[in-house]
Amino acid sequence: MDNNRRKFLKMAGATALAGIGAPAVVQLTASPALASSSAGHGAAAGAHGEAGHGEEAHSGIRLGLLIDMRKLYGKPELIDKAINACNKAHNVPKIDSKKSEVKWIWKTPFPNAFPEHSHYHYPKQAKDNQFPVLCNHCDNPPCVRVCPTKATFKEEETGIVAMDYHRCIGCRFCMMGCPYGARSFNWFDPRPYIEEYNPSFPTRMRGVVEKCTFCDERLARGEEPACVEAVKETGAFVFGDLNDPNSEIRKILDKEPTIQRKPALGTKPSVFYIV
Amino acid sequence: MYNKRIVIPGLAVFVLFVTFPFWYNGLSAGPVPKLELPPGGEKECVAPVSEMRAKHMKLLNQWRDEVIREGKREPITVGGKEYIKSLQLACMECHSNKEKFCDECHVYVDVKPYCWNCHISPAEIEAKNKETH
Repeated sequence: MDNNRRKFLKMAGATALAGIGAPAVVQLTASPALASSSAGHGAAAGAHGEAGHGEEAHSGIRLGLLIDMRKLYGKPELIDKAINACNKAHNVPKIDSKKSEVKWIWKTPFPNAFPEHSHYHYPKQAKDNQFPVLCNHCDNPPCVRVCPTKATFKEEETGIVAMDYHRCIGCRFCMMGCPYGARSFNWFDPRPYIEEYNPSFPTRMRGVVEKCTFCDERLARGEEPACVEAVKETGAFVFGDLNDPNSEIRKILDKEPTIQRKPALGTKPSVFYIV
Repeated sequence: MYNKRIVIPGLAVFVLFVTFPFWYNGLSAGPVPKLELPPGGEKECVAPVSEMRAKHMKLLNQWRDEVIREGKREPITVGGKEYIKSLQLACMECHSNKEKFCDECHVYVDVKPYCWNCHISPAEIEAKNKETH
């Protein structure tokens, strides 16, 4: 090695030049690619942001439920009928404890279901009646976003927010994420609390979170969800594809004023109510 | 070799200790499990016996993923018979005695599949639904 001061200074100068010049070179050569990718992100974010209100972003089939409360006022037994049909179809345990109870579809007072609509002097019939509530199968479901194992996920073909109990690790992030309280945790083995087994559906085990799945197992057999079928004769529950302009549910939605639970959160629920 | 006196007996003791389960049982693996074949007399399954014996767990996982995650719930047809992709609704139709079919081998090889934490066997269904009536 015969490095001397002159050689060292030459090397240092060249290195400094390369160091200063490098960002410029990178910017020149890579700018189109960078620009397009950042634009892509921007567009995606924009679409998501706008999707909070108004037009739906989901295309294809998006199953939804419309609950016409006008047909249920003063008839809580009809709501109970729907709830019992669901509990029976899905082996939902009956646990008498606010902390441990398991709910797929249940009754709740108007201000709890619709805090954004419970202003002074809201209709008396809404005050006097309980409202059936269930998983909203949101188009922008927070529970899916927080699930670390993708145990809960959006079925692309139907828009259903489905559960894969095989994958659930019981972390309960989804229960924190869900603004509707539609998810229940199995603090213990639910089997002793199930009154009678439906032989064609499994139970759940200790340590998983469960919720309404819009009866995707029944839909696959060409049947309607259990709650819809239970009160079929009243027409209070209307189930169908929200994206099909000719579906029964869509025709009612186009005509009647409906409300949703906590729409301002931007979760875009698929369950609608006529109050 | 250093410390021959300690190392060699030590090795011998180690080997004996590790092989304890084998010689303790007299080098026999115990009676081979006898499965109860379908009480209904079905002879055909969704795959040949050897394949089912070796790979039923993989098939069940595949069915599970197809049905739940991919939405492919349509039944499969094998040998002119339709089977839905379900442990509880298809397998148990023929192999209706979980205790004498599934458990027989699983207990023998000491595996604990967690299928039955959620899925319910015909015997469990019968026991529960009898007690409520």
